Amino acid sequence: MSQLVWNGLFVGSFYALVALGYSMVYGIIKLLNFAHGDLYMLGAFVGFAVLGAAGGVSAAMALPVLLLVLVLTMGVTGLAGVVLERVAYRRLRGAPRLSLLITAVGASFALEYGMRAGAGADPRVYPVRLSGTTLEVLGARVTLQQLTLVAVAVILMIGLNLLVNRSREGRAMRAVALDPRAAALMGIDVDAIISRTFFLGSALAGAAGVMAGAHYGKIDFMMGFLIGLKAFTAAVIGGIGNIPGTMLGGLLLGLLESFGTFWLGGEWRDVFAFGVLILFLTVRPTGLLGERVTERV
Amino acid sequence: MTGPGGGAPPAEATSEAAPAPGGGRRGAGPRSIASRLMENRWAGLAGLAVALLAPFVNASPYALSVMTSAAIFVMLAAGLNIVVGYCGLLDLGYIAFFAVGAYTSGVLSTRLGLPLVATLPAVLVVTVIAGLVIGAPTLRLRSDYLAIVTLGFGEIIRVTATNLDVTGGPSGIYGIPGLTEGPVSFYYLTVLVVAVAVIGAARLGRSRLGRAWRFVREDEDAAEAMGVHTYKVKMAAYVVGAIWGGLAGVLFAAHLSAVSPGSFTFLQSALVLMAVVLGGMGSIRGVVVGAVIVSLLPELLRDLADYRYVAFGVLLIIVMLVRPQGLWPARPKEVAK
Repeated sequence: MSQLVWNGLFVGSFYALVALGYSMVYGIIKLLNFAHGDLYMLGAFVGFAVLGAAGGVSAAMALPVLLLVLVLTMGVTGLAGVVLERVAYRRLRGAPRLSLLITAVGASFALEYGMRAGAGADPRVYPVRLSGTTLEVLGARVTLQQLTLVAVAVILMIGLNLLVNRSREGRAMRAVALDPRAAALMGIDVDAIISRTFFLGSALAGAAGVMAGAHYGKIDFMMGFLIGLKAFTAAVIGGIGNIPGTMLGGLLLGLLESFGTFWLGGEWRDVFAFGVLILFLTVRPTGLLGERVTERV
Repeated sequence: MTGPGGGAPPAEATSEAAPAPGGGRRGAGPRSIASRLMENRWAGLAGLAVALLAPFVNASPYALSVMTSAAIFVMLAAGLNIVVGYCGLLDLGYIAFFAVGAYTSGVLSTRLGLPLVATLPAVLVVTVIAGLVIGAPTLRLRSDYLAIVTLGFGEIIRVTATNLDVTGGPSGIYGIPGLTEGPVSFYYLTVLVVAVAVIGAARLGRSRLGRAWRFVREDEDAAEAMGVHTYKVKMAAYVVGAIWGGLAGVLFAAHLSAVSPGSFTFLQSALVLMAVVLGGMGSIRGVVVGAVIVSLLPELLRDLADYRYVAFGVLLIIVMLVRPQGLWPARPKEVAK
């Protein structure tokens, strides 16, 4: 029981990290960035490449090295997100939504198969594997490394929340999300703020990618596809565009999946998650913490 | 949607793609030769004639198989064009309806020993139900939600087909009876069915319902204000698209005599979308040409397997940035001046 809860929370913290990027981008330009899951995949591969270049890492040094790689990767995927926005999305911001969605699909496709062409179709084994001391917490088996990863995720989320709610940048972001034109009139550089939002969201996805690589030990070019879908589900559950809601949605989806897998069997896990998504869209499309949004004309 | 591997690509594969006359040409006057060719009402018949005559040029089993696959792909693209092109709803799991059709006919014909034609009513019922189940909750919401829910739906269908016993699990179903004797007659049957499907889609697009679809695509709120029941109209587009996909699935099952989950990945959905976008959303001629290009190009570029999908992705972005109306855009008669 408590094992299920822990597993759910652990996976849920990954979902939450990826979902945040989805949610932020959606909040600010109302675009479902289909390529977001692929930035997570990119993060995993960047981390893989950096760790490979660094050579063998001793078990004792694994964690500090991993944290360093995490920061580096966040920078790289963040920049990738900025480039993506500049190249594929910016020029279409005034275009019909369908064009924007199609470019997003194209970007996702290009990233996936670009990585496949570059790194090969076979899964790669991550050079650092976190496996360590096991603790018993309320009857659940918890490894120290899992705790660390969750802690990192929580720190990133708290940091993001502070940034959005307390800083000047964050205020500008919220202003642009509310009304881009009025924000521009108030002297906010809307393009720059959107770029920064992409940077933040993509950096978080990259961090999740490295963490997933280190935890599961295997990465491949399609790993972002499913997590992108799950992260969207998490964002919808919590209320897309709403940051605390998205975090809650991620954890909740992790828990739901954990229990769903227990009852229905592992092979139905993904079906269960999408079933939840469709149910939520039917019953409460604004999510748990989302407000009712009217579509702009 | 690829034929059995091996062998050199047939020469006339390109000849079938020929009806794409210099589509990328821009800046020429409205009555340039290219545009006169493109607007010629005989263009569709010429395309059909090319399809009918192709086996006389090369009737090797490989060529026939590739051409049959291409024809089925055209039908898929015509169906998706109804949803994306006419109505402006982005369906990213379109291949799911293809899978539903293929599996329904496959399961019924192998388990119950029915001839494939007899499974058609069941295929229709099942695809319509599938369309309603996905469309009903999502079509009331923003269009982006439909996109991602259909993406999830595509995965659900594939995972379900992999997990169930009745669908043969990961290895799928074998020994599905064909519709006709021999590949040549099946090719002609496919071309016939696809031609009817394409013409049907075009006629639907020009009907009262088709006008409502385009109205919804251009401005949903204005359409609603003018008394168009947008929810019903969108649902109609979605369900009609589902039927087209399901029937194409029956052809697919008959063509390969086997179906397995590997044929219904997101990649396939994206390729159909690629065909529609490249050809020109809402333009039935453009979509047919786009489908022929997208389905035959991989046969010609077998060695560049990895890069061709990258190219498809980049091409999607470029088309949207540079020429969002596609290679062969639609020119509706009632277009505003």
